[in-house]
Amino acid sequence: MAITEKNLNRAAAAAAPADGWRGFRSGRWQRHVDVNDFIGLNLTPYEGDESFLAEPTEATLELWDTVLELMKRERQNGGVLDVDTETVSTIVSHGPGYIKRELEKVVGLQTDAPLKRSIQPFGGIRMVDDACKAYGYELPEATRRLFTDIRKTHNQGVFDAYTTEMKLARKAGIITGLPDAYGRGRIIGDYRRVALYGVDRLIEAKKEDLLQLETDVIAEDVIRAREELSEQIRSLAELKTMAASYGFDVSRPAANALEAVQWLYFAYLAAIKEQNGAAMSLGRVSSFLDVYIERDKREGTLTEAEAQELIDHLVMKLRMVKFLRTPDYNELFSGDPTWVTESIGGMGNDGRTRVTRNSFRFLHTLYNLGPAPEPNLTVLWSTRLPEGFKNYCAKVSVDTSSIQYENDDLMRPEFGDDYGIACCVSAMRIGKQMQFFGARANLGKTLLYAINGGKDEKLGIQVGPALAPMSGDTLEYGEVMERFDRVMDWLARLYMNTLNVIHYMHDKYCYERIEMALHDREILRTMACGIAGLSVVADSLSAIKHAKVKPIRNEQGLAVDFEIEGEYPQYGNNDARVDDIAVAVTESFMNKLRKHPTYRNALPTMSVLTITSNVVYGKKTGSTPDGRKAGEPFAPGANPMHGRDRKGALASLGSVAKLPYASCLDGISNTFSIVPKALGREADTRVRNLVSMLDGYAASKGHHLNVNVFNREQLLDAMEHPENYPQLTIRVSGYAVNFIKLTREQQLDVLNRTFHGSV
Amino acid sequence: MMHTGRIHSLETFGTVDGPGIRFVLFLQGCALQCRYCHNPDSWDTQAGELRSVDDILREIEPYVEYYRLSGGGITVTGGEPTLQAPFVAELFRACKERWGLHTALDSSGFCEPSHAQALLDATDLVLLDLKRMDRDAHRELTSQPNDRILRFAKHLSARGTKMWIRRVLIPGWTDGADELLELGRFIGGLEGVEKVEVLPYHRMGVYKWHQLGKAYPLEGVMEPGPEEVARAGRLIGQGVEEGKRELTLMVNT
Repeated sequence: MAITEKNLNRAAAAAAPADGWRGFRSGRWQRHVDVNDFIGLNLTPYEGDESFLAEPTEATLELWDTVLELMKRERQNGGVLDVDTETVSTIVSHGPGYIKRELEKVVGLQTDAPLKRSIQPFGGIRMVDDACKAYGYELPEATRRLFTDIRKTHNQGVFDAYTTEMKLARKAGIITGLPDAYGRGRIIGDYRRVALYGVDRLIEAKKEDLLQLETDVIAEDVIRAREELSEQIRSLAELKTMAASYGFDVSRPAANALEAVQWLYFAYLAAIKEQNGAAMSLGRVSSFLDVYIERDKREGTLTEAEAQELIDHLVMKLRMVKFLRTPDYNELFSGDPTWVTESIGGMGNDGRTRVTRNSFRFLHTLYNLGPAPEPNLTVLWSTRLPEGFKNYCAKVSVDTSSIQYENDDLMRPEFGDDYGIACCVSAMRIGKQMQFFGARANLGKTLLYAINGGKDEKLGIQVGPALAPMSGDTLEYGEVMERFDRVMDWLARLYMNTLNVIHYMHDKYCYERIEMALHDREILRTMACGIAGLSVVADSLSAIKHAKVKPIRNEQGLAVDFEIEGEYPQYGNNDARVDDIAVAVTESFMNKLRKHPTYRNALPTMSVLTITSNVVYGKKTGSTPDGRKAGEPFAPGANPMHGRDRKGALASLGSVAKLPYASCLDGISNTFSIVPKALGREADTRVRNLVSMLDGYAASKGHHLNVNVFNREQLLDAMEHPENYPQLTIRVSGYAVNFIKLTREQQLDVLNRTFHGSV
Repeated sequence: MMHTGRIHSLETFGTVDGPGIRFVLFLQGCALQCRYCHNPDSWDTQAGELRSVDDILREIEPYVEYYRLSGGGITVTGGEPTLQAPFVAELFRACKERWGLHTALDSSGFCEPSHAQALLDATDLVLLDLKRMDRDAHRELTSQPNDRILRFAKHLSARGTKMWIRRVLIPGWTDGADELLELGRFIGGLEGVEKVEVLPYHRMGVYKWHQLGKAYPLEGVMEPGPEEVARAGRLIGQGVEEGKRELTLMVNT
């Protein structure tokens, strides 16, 4: 009996590729793992409008109601519904979990129950311990000891190697948000590979890679590569086991749309069971899945309503991704974000659009299930996108404020036509590139170090290089610039060294096995640095140059406030006198980063992105020469400081678009809020104007735009009556949040930002 | 010759003063003193910043693609732009010559037609605010009678200038049934009206009165709701019919 079954299985496996690939156009992708080749050959671009879309099915509505109820209980429970403190999460750690099994088209949960969080201690045990305590749970002593005394974590490794200077810089907050106590994230596995090839074929390819690495000299890099490949192969086997526990055999290619969605989701689920990364992005799956949906439709086995149901159910699962994190972390990145970023649309290198019907279906989930921050829906915008899709995107933006836009015309030349966005604005070739996430350095504070001789204005101690503090009554531009340059030199060196430590240890103690199993063997790694406070620095330097800025010093001689005499040009008004300063600072810091060796020869890149940490950065930074008072938030990302962009939205966008993408290849985030009436009086006018705005911004080489369309009054009301706004979603720097999950401070920051069109 | 204008402020992304995305230039200085004005800081004819046409053109230039792509253009408003007609005329001519931009003039119409010939020659669309049809009530509301304004409207009609007629709907002041019917009839008698917009009165400019140390004259007046705006639209529409002109009007709320 057993033998017969085994034989049958083997026979099925042998027949599988042919069946899973039936009706597909053949090509290179059949001989090599090459998803992009498959997409290029089999995609059906869609140039029409949204009229084909289907309403949610009964099952979808019932399922979503259940999830909403669970989410409500989670909020009432203080942000966490339940924690399994007993089981360390791995790909195979938990038995199958369901919401309502009979209704679910797509199955799989991180633990055995919906919204129950798991412990993921490989990044750091303290984070897990603190998080458990914060939510009223107790981590078993045995687990604590295991990950303290017996099994080392990434966090422990990092602190073993951190230098005195690194620890001090971290304490002062000149570099913060570093992934040194938790998973680094920002790696996108090519989850599509599991659907297209099945796991067995992928294991085979990895084994072949391993053979290729039986070289004459087994040096350190080869040893590491061999160990990593072996781990990858092991994780793929675990993926099969996990899927089998739900009753699916993912060793073979998916044979239809339902399986393709399910296979792909299992692969992603394996990644999030193993890694509690800062951002666990999905990649670019919608148009890939469309190929399967189109085939099923051709074969008469799938209706539009069923296709939409599949996507609705997948998206529902993506909305339920949860990690156990500390309240501290949430103060930095508010609203429990997971950055399940899905990149939609864009153009192919063959000149055809990569927009498919499934691009629409993903956006349509915002109606069928209502607005939500996750998945982080990111439209890759090109001026050449089909008009029908452009208009639909704009309509969804106006209605839900849940989409972000990134410039495909800017990224495609750098990353080809099969890249995706990790986290907020980080583009990478899917399965061929990863980044070492580097959070960001505080340039506002850096400028204060230049003025105060390297002493921290909050701590009152020497952190930066000990330069003579500036002593004159008025700050002199040339002198400030000369010192700022030297402090940036110091910062770039320290920052890069710190990141090298972090990523060395992460690879060693918290390696992303399954995500890397879904990458090529040879990949490009970037060292993704970042800066915060760009607009504060640009305005400060502009004030020093064009007005008179007098420092007010404390008894220690540190400049703790500034008096500005006269007007000065401000960033956000498309004024070259200050915008050029912002550009120069960006280029200069990037060039300084390039001077330092990087771990695994990663390519240094930089982002201008703060997420919601602009509030915390501001808190940790003293008054700045632009007139910003100590503790006040920075502007988010590359945004102008709120209220200083006085010539309207296009001038504001114009300033940001000047920042050179070549120096900021990890992304330039801009968040744009507008009241509905300021987009036009009628609904169709609003759509048209928003499309024109996005086209214009893309044409002027702007990189990223979050679009929020709502009234301040609505947000004020949501602050007072959060229970009425469970799904109110707003875009912040690079991602979206439930407004009611922001801290009060962050809510006020959002309200204080420039709302274009407000009187 | 290069004119200079007194500028109050500018907005690079205007979407409600004419079609498409528009560069909106707010001029300083107005001859009326409307009780509901939301920009009372733009009345003083001696305030503002003097800037040349070239200077303003430089402000517009970076965004011309946005305006063209969206079927938009430039709108000059105020204050009252016709008080600085030569400046606006030169600016409009330059916008047309350089970029072929659509030009719109947002005016109270308180202007002698003879003073505005050159300006109107360079204007594609006039956004004309008809605040009150009743002469005395108009004076009470704006400090001036409306004869000149109605004359200006008829002049535009006669010379074939396209118009969008606007009415700010202020409960108790400009929303009487007779008043709205009369407005409709007047519009019905005009040529070239492409659109009628009923703009609900709002209180967002109140703080500016306080900043200027002035008492706000409409204290206690409520903002009209959507039903009241719809009612006004219906009444104006009815008036237009009675004005017995075959016009396809989009009554916009």
